Amino acid sequence: MVKKQSTEHPPVQSERRSFLNTIWMVLGAVALGEAAWLITSFLKPRKRKIHQGDFGGAITAGPVSSFTNNTVTAFPRGRFYLSRLDDGGFLAVSRQCTHLGCTIPWEEKEKLFICPCHASAFDIFGNAVKSPASRALDIFKVYIENQTVYVDTGQMIKRSEFRKEQAVYSTAPGSKA
Amino acid sequence: MNTHTENDQKHFISRFRRSISPGPIIPRTDKERKSAVINFFALHIHPPTVPETVLRFTHTFGLGGMALVLILIQFGTGILLKFAFEPTPMTAYASIQSLQTKTPFGQLIRNLHHWSASLLVMIIFLHMLRVYFTGAFHSPRQFNWIIGWAIFACVLAANFTGYLLPYDQLAYWAVMVSTGMLGYIPVIGPTLQSFFLGGADVGPATMRIFFAFHTALLPVIVLILAGFHFWRVRKAGGVVVPRASLAEISDNNQVRVPVLPNLLMRETVTALVLIAGILAFSVFFNATLGDPANPGLSPNPTKAPWYFAGFQELLLHIHPAFSVFVIPLAITLFLMLAPYINFDDNSEGVWFVSPKGRRMAIISGVLSVLLTLVLILIDDYAATGIKILNSIPPEISQGALPTFILMIGMGLFYRLMKSRFSATNNEAVQSVFVFIMTALIVLTIVGAVFRGKDMALSLPW
Repeated sequence: MVKKQSTEHPPVQSERRSFLNTIWMVLGAVALGEAAWLITSFLKPRKRKIHQGDFGGAITAGPVSSFTNNTVTAFPRGRFYLSRLDDGGFLAVSRQCTHLGCTIPWEEKEKLFICPCHASAFDIFGNAVKSPASRALDIFKVYIENQTVYVDTGQMIKRSEFRKEQAVYSTAPGSKA
Repeated sequence: MNTHTENDQKHFISRFRRSISPGPIIPRTDKERKSAVINFFALHIHPPTVPETVLRFTHTFGLGGMALVLILIQFGTGILLKFAFEPTPMTAYASIQSLQTKTPFGQLIRNLHHWSASLLVMIIFLHMLRVYFTGAFHSPRQFNWIIGWAIFACVLAANFTGYLLPYDQLAYWAVMVSTGMLGYIPVIGPTLQSFFLGGADVGPATMRIFFAFHTALLPVIVLILAGFHFWRVRKAGGVVVPRASLAEISDNNQVRVPVLPNLLMRETVTALVLIAGILAFSVFFNATLGDPANPGLSPNPTKAPWYFAGFQELLLHIHPAFSVFVIPLAITLFLMLAPYINFDDNSEGVWFVSPKGRRMAIISGVLSVLLTLVLILIDDYAATGIKILNSIPPEISQGALPTFILMIGMGLFYRLMKSRFSATNNEAVQSVFVFIMTALIVLTIVGAVFRGKDMALSLPW
């Protein structure tokens, strides 16, 4: 049996050796990085195919004239409420409470969205009027074509409070009911 | 006798048996018992002998062992449930229903899994208190304290991921609000939230992710960490040896007794009593299954699972960024790093450091209960009347300000206890520990039991 007695190497070799060690370290780091890349790409949520009229796509809400001023209409499939404001402006507010994500019903009597989970309340503009929620309800993009209201539920807009330019108006004359 | 054994060895069956374990099946002499402990894999977590004084039940209350038994019950019942459960939102609820009504013992197995999961959280918490109050965190046990917390975190995560699976209203909305809390963590919160939900809200992706965590990743991690935890206890020379006072020097030459039968008998009895208790409880009390999950209808009130009810309660009083991030982070850091404080004494094995420490602990606990309740009541009924608070932004009036006051308050409390009782830092840190733990328990009980409709304070009866 031949067995090397000495594990000490002459100094000439040690430089090459430490260079090789560095290479191994770098390769190890690269391998770890690749594994991390592989795992994160594997686990990343994928975009699901959205069917016509479902949440995530564009939804036809209906003709402008079918919504009277100062009313709120629920669109359960689109997960939003369409608010028609006092001045005829449209606002599509998300039904998800900005506090912890519960689904809020519209209470016609109080004219408020009241969260059943922690009693946050929001007005017709989606503004938070009662804590614990501190932020207005998210809104979706609204557009009006040929006197028909459409809501793009693929684009959720976060906001802290209602501003005038968020409301969308029908341009045709006499549409203001 | 000798010739008999030699004869035995000639038989194939006997040789096969001896290849598994060379010792006799039932060890009869002390020597045989010791070698049985050393040679048998499952018993090898024990040394062959232990000091007689650690055997007393009131020294450890057998809590670590109970936690292991409950984890094993989780594995056993969980594997059975896996054969019955269909992990998609469309089928999960129905599969649980059919498990409960059609599968023989289906309800019982689910009850066992459900109740022992909750009990496990409590037992681990009590075990942590026992370890702290007997000073079993001093060197060389410091890192094992951290491993223990890691196990606790995994068990909480396992409980929480399991909470969603029945997919009833309770499960769906509890997961919605709990992951909603996650979203308030600064910077990484929203990313974390959408990772665990697998999208914007609870749905099929959430179920897949939670199921993978619950039935694969977390059990494996818990098993590995538990093994590590037990190994570290063994490396530290077994459980901490009790002492009557700090003056008593730990005696390494004290009477040692063989683990088999002295410790193993006690462990077996504890395990059997625990199993009998949890079985009896599961026969009489069913795990709830409410209405099927309905994403369009949030129940009133919607609560987080009971072990997160403390955070939920805090969330009602303090701005989210502070109640779900800053305060829990500060408490976790304090708890994890407490063993690394440069202590005046090594209080290993002495309950509450000293009689004075015990007195200070009781005072801190009572103060904490009173103060926490008073603060909750003030915030619920009186704080809205304070107009000055409404004129400054909520991040400060409901977030930074109360958090700052609480932290300064804890610092002052430490100073006060230390000087008032002319105490060592062991005793003063212990007071702070008791204060925080008691506050957490009070918050959890108030949040889980005394919150009714609209999350208003109400009596549960």
